[in-house]
Amino acid sequence: MTLTDEQVRTLEKQAEAIRETIIHSLVAAGSGHTAGPLDMADIFTAFYFHILNHDAKNPQWEERDRLILSNGHICPVLYATLAHAGYFSVEECLTLRQFGSRLQGHPERERLPGLETTSGPLGSGLSQAAGQAYAARMDAKKHRIYALLSDGEQEEGNTWEAAMFAGKNKLHNLTAVMDRNNIQIDGNTEDVMPLEPLADKYRAFNWHVLEVNGHDIRAFVAAVEEAKAIVEKPTMILAHTIAGKGVPEIEGDYRWHGKPPTAEEGERFIAQIHHAQ
Amino acid sequence: MLNPDAKLSDKIFADDIPQAATRDGFGTGSVEAGKADERVVVLSADLKESTRAEQFEKEFSGRFIEMGVAEQNMATVAAGMAAAGKIPFITSYAAFSPGRNYEQIRTTIALNNMPVKICGMHAGVSVGPDGATHQMLEDIGMMRMLPGMTVISPGDAEEARKAVVAAAKTGTPVYLRFGRAATPTFTTAETPFEIGKALTLWRSDAPKVAILATGAVSYAALVAAKALAEGGLESIVLHVPTVKPLDGGAILEAAKSAGCVITVEEHQSAGGFGGAVAEFLSEYHPVPIRRLGVQDQFGQSGSPDELLAHYELDALHIEEKARELIRYILQS
Repeated sequence: MTLTDEQVRTLEKQAEAIRETIIHSLVAAGSGHTAGPLDMADIFTAFYFHILNHDAKNPQWEERDRLILSNGHICPVLYATLAHAGYFSVEECLTLRQFGSRLQGHPERERLPGLETTSGPLGSGLSQAAGQAYAARMDAKKHRIYALLSDGEQEEGNTWEAAMFAGKNKLHNLTAVMDRNNIQIDGNTEDVMPLEPLADKYRAFNWHVLEVNGHDIRAFVAAVEEAKAIVEKPTMILAHTIAGKGVPEIEGDYRWHGKPPTAEEGERFIAQIHHAQ
Repeated sequence: MLNPDAKLSDKIFADDIPQAATRDGFGTGSVEAGKADERVVVLSADLKESTRAEQFEKEFSGRFIEMGVAEQNMATVAAGMAAAGKIPFITSYAAFSPGRNYEQIRTTIALNNMPVKICGMHAGVSVGPDGATHQMLEDIGMMRMLPGMTVISPGDAEEARKAVVAAAKTGTPVYLRFGRAATPTFTTAETPFEIGKALTLWRSDAPKVAILATGAVSYAALVAAKALAEGGLESIVLHVPTVKPLDGGAILEAAKSAGCVITVEEHQSAGGFGGAVAEFLSEYHPVPIRRLGVQDQFGQSGSPDELLAHYELDALHIEEKARELIRYILQS
């Protein structure tokens, strides 16, 4: 069902609050990744505030949909979203990367309820999601499995082993979403290691492929709905995003992949986040 | 003398002692574990015949998953399946799993604390003609360093069967190491097996040396002990299938009663079972130790017997090293 204008506005407002929390947590941490978390804020909002069947008060609920974050380094957006969704307090986001915090620099499942896996080393999330999807189908479970991937980690061989496996087994309860922001640490993806044509590659591996604007929440939700209706194949949603989305002064700049804002930059970024909306 | 409590084979020193490969024990053990618990699944990376995973496939085709030649994907798919409530056994040659997929095991299985059972076949030089690429000699070291990882190196096919059944029940990650070559089945169905427990094969009231061994070479250690006794030298043989967690009590007792220790393993002498024993004894009861294993080399093609003799891991070399160590103790 298409989102109403009112629903879209509410979700956009939520994404704005999540972006602000991301900046606060990165400034407090003094290290971490900025661009990816900001550009995935719309998609995380769509998942946790509309798409996923989940219960923040019962993170281990057996029937919940599973969202597996493969590129663990964008965890500031996962933590901020989980906090806003009620898994823990938003204030706890300010403990990001600090000694004793449940919010580790890269997510650790055993430390924080709500995390489906431990991730950071790239290229292994799609396989884990495929394993979850395979097991769910064996047990005739109805929940869906979502894998969130970066574009840079498409350079990992493990990703393509997983793509082959999911295609072979027609894991239609699995939907992957790729953050196609075109940047990675060393530069633009097409300079570091060309990835295109990504859609053709996944189609060749027997996936259903959709391409959307990753900042258009209505279009993204519609793509996820379409994926649910595809019963012959797993679906890959190539979500075209702008690195650092919401903070115009850093948008599209790969140099913001892996560094946090200073306190002063943080204030400026937050002003831009609210102004840009 | 043989330890009667170990209830060893009644053909223990006979020429016709039954022989089987420890990987055969994986085949029977996985079927047994699969019958006992329907959550058990077996993943294979295009090696189902030689890993014996096809025995499980024959019984439970719906719980057997063919992964193709993709060990990294096998480990990570298994982590996902474990998160979804399954008890996955992943099977390949140890050179590829954990050799190829170590980071995936570290992050998605060990750090994630997923009850995946990593089954490394064709460990050691006794793989034979395939040569160095396929003779994994570093796996015990790699796996015993991972926090929370249990490491088991069964001595024969019967013990391997029991180890697989026990591993299915732990709820934690386990590494199991198996060999390709047929070796003597020196234990019986009545022989006790418990993860974390060592088994005394040969005992003495006044031992001159304690021989601690893991894997199928424990039988060679037993043959060496018998030869030593025939020459008037008493010893203890402690078979230690669980390299981690070590049976500290049994190892301490053996070291105290004998005063010196020899370790034997089909693995690099650095970082493996002998390393674990040396770490433990250096802290709690330092005694002279000689670690028998492959000495900072890769393997090569040959028959299993030729290779075990070449790398000085057969009964004759174990006996010789024991005599040397005893002489050293008497002289110093």
